[in-house]
Amino acid sequence: MDFMGFTVRESITILHGMVMGGIVLLVFPVVLAGLWCLRPEWITSEGSKKHLCFIKVGTWIISIFSWLTVIIGSYFPYAWYRLKPPGGAHLTSGLDLTKYPAAYLLGHPNLTAWEEVAMEWKEHAGWIVPILATTVAFLVMYYNSRLFEQPKLRNALFTLLSIAFVVAVMCGLLGALITKIAPVR
Amino acid sequence: MNKRGSLIDNGVASAALIGAGIGCFALGLLTLLTEVNSTIENALDFYAPTGPVSGITTLAVVVWLVAWVAMHLLWKNRRIDFRKVYIVVLVLVALGVLGCFPFFEAPEWGE
Repeated sequence: MDFMGFTVRESITILHGMVMGGIVLLVFPVVLAGLWCLRPEWITSEGSKKHLCFIKVGTWIISIFSWLTVIIGSYFPYAWYRLKPPGGAHLTSGLDLTKYPAAYLLGHPNLTAWEEVAMEWKEHAGWIVPILATTVAFLVMYYNSRLFEQPKLRNALFTLLSIAFVVAVMCGLLGALITKIAPVR
Repeated sequence: MNKRGSLIDNGVASAALIGAGIGCFALGLLTLLTEVNSTIENALDFYAPTGPVSGITTLAVVVWLVAWVAMHLLWKNRRIDFRKVYIVVLVLVALGVLGCFPFFEAPEWGE
């Protein structure tokens, strides 16, 4: 069974990385810019309400979609990625390892770092993004217009969301590169 | 004064930020522990198809939520030194990010 030429596994991997992950990566810089501009001297009182509403919606979009990205990614594409070949076969057995991405990478000495470093980091660190994003979304909603009076808190939220963005970009980039070399089919 | 919006009201923010820092640190620490101890690695294998990632991430999320709720109950009506909290949170998040690196399994590139 396939969908427009993609297998079910490829479709779910696309949903994880390109759709969910893509939405997260697109909304991040918009919300970061919004948080940066959240200064009483820059925004009129009328504009501040819309600006805050915009940031609240943005932070919750990042939060919800980053949870969906890591949960779908960890329990579907990653499970298929680390499938073990029957009998623990390796390259010399003549088995087509392209259906077993992790085994394929480990079977090629020049590619092992993609599995043992890149994927090892990405599969865990990706979960930092929703934890930080949800915290920021909650605090933006809780403090609401009081954020204008608390520059230290605003700066802290901006910094944490920036860290989450960098981690998300790294995870997205590594995921795309690993998929390029050893795709889940 | 304990008016919402005053600086006294920073306990909720401090608790949420510390909770997030502890959650990230737990993620890094559990990742590191699974690398050095096969018993922990096997114990965290909650769902075989994904291996210990399932246990590490589930526990880290639980630790995050428990820490957040506990700190919230402790600090919600208190004024906290926000600068200290912020520094501790940054250190915890940095350790969490670093802990996710496979320090003990890393091969050399092009090996």
